[in-house]
Amino acid sequence: MAEMKSVADNDRPLLIAEDLAKNYGRLTACCDVSFTLYPGEVLAVVGESGSGKSTLLQLLSAQLVPTSGRVNYRMRDGVLRDLASLGEAEQRFLFRTDWGYVHQDPAQGLRMAVSAGANVGERLMAVGWNHYGRIRHTATSWLERVEIDTARIDDTPRTYSGGMRQRLQIARNLVTEPRLVFMDEPTGGLDVSVQARLLDLVRTLVAELGLAAIVVTHDLAVARLLSHRVMVMKAGRVIETGLTDQVLDDPREPYTQLLVSSILPP
Amino acid sequence: MPAMIEITNAEKTFTMHLQGGVKLPVVRDVSFDVSAGECVALAGPSGAGKSSILKMIFGNYRCDDGRIGIRHEGKWLDLVKAEPCRILGVRRSTIGYVSQFLRAVPRVATIDVVAEPLIATGLARETARGKAAQLLQRLNISERLWRLPPSTFSGGEQQRVNIARGFISDHPILLLDEPTASLDAANRKIVVDLIAEKKRAGVAIVAIVHDDEVRRAIADRIVDVTSFAAAA
Repeated sequence: MAEMKSVADNDRPLLIAEDLAKNYGRLTACCDVSFTLYPGEVLAVVGESGSGKSTLLQLLSAQLVPTSGRVNYRMRDGVLRDLASLGEAEQRFLFRTDWGYVHQDPAQGLRMAVSAGANVGERLMAVGWNHYGRIRHTATSWLERVEIDTARIDDTPRTYSGGMRQRLQIARNLVTEPRLVFMDEPTGGLDVSVQARLLDLVRTLVAELGLAAIVVTHDLAVARLLSHRVMVMKAGRVIETGLTDQVLDDPREPYTQLLVSSILPP
Repeated sequence: MPAMIEITNAEKTFTMHLQGGVKLPVVRDVSFDVSAGECVALAGPSGAGKSSILKMIFGNYRCDDGRIGIRHEGKWLDLVKAEPCRILGVRRSTIGYVSQFLRAVPRVATIDVVAEPLIATGLARETARGKAAQLLQRLNISERLWRLPPSTFSGGEQQRVNIARGFISDHPILLLDEPTASLDAANRKIVVDLIAEKKRAGVAIVAIVHDDEVRRAIADRIVDVTSFAAAA
């Protein structure tokens, strides 16, 4: 019975964006964006800087209010709700538990002055955990999962390398078992070798936990590695969309062809 | 045996926008069927569109026109019109594809590269690894290589890893793009045997094979791709 329920849940959209648009005065940051995201699905939003992809991510995660259009999200009780209609408590629940948000700069997503263990444990306390031993145990196992030496659990992320900080940010986000994770250029500031390790880690975790994710990236290699589907944005609009390997191996739009042909061979 | 693939008037053209919008017709009026337990070999000179047709059947290349019917979980599905999530479902449980070159994720061990399609269908990791080990052994990939990522392997080793990955699932449809191209005689024979086993198990196979001997050994029927040539 439990299995039947999960199958039914997976057939129902988790998030539906309808005609989303955001204007800053006369400037259009993004417009006419509509798509449906299913549970367990990873969507990459690609395009160069200024294409509107970061604005879109903020609209989808209720950090910006759209000028028009709306975002519907299926809450844990199965009811599809317009994000704009949610009360403060419901929004807080999404931010603290049901969603993760991985920033390009880990310093934005972490508290740099408190220990790594507290960075992970804090999200658990926010959802009502109060047993110190259990919190520490869970934090430790998450550090292991993201390949951070647990001997470093009491150090602050200030003493961590860029790659370790990013892995800690991921642990902090995933510890509450969110259903949807937003990622904004998650490998942006990292060395190539550190990037490969992080991507491998994210790919494995997303698959194991059955997470849905929306990943904004300008790096098509990241999109190929992580995502099932791709949306290509240019000047605030979605110009091409499809299965990731379709769009990257058989790009149709001039701009997508330009992006794909600009990848350096490995 | 029932048909598993039904292709009707499929058509593909590339439009190269960066080269002034040049249109590169690839194939047109592609029509053929493949039944369960049957191996159809695509024949034709290099550049005739053989690999493109395989990619169209896998949903990797989009069709401009026509129909690509796939029997997926007992029902016909037109891949040309299918939603992306349906195509992913078809790849998970119905169509396996052995590409010409292995495209693996950096850092992932060979045994996991091979086991991944099974894990994706929900099988336990250790069970999937056990099956992967059997196949790698059969394909003569030395056990000391299993924990290493395949990126540093020789061409022939990479191809055998790719074959193991494609053959590990019990998909009812298999697409093979030059599966024996860089293999020695002994390994070619093993792959021919593996293909024969798949056919006996009722798998519908579409293959591109240049080696005449291998083609004679596996193909029940030959489809000449030059008849689908799109006039430039």
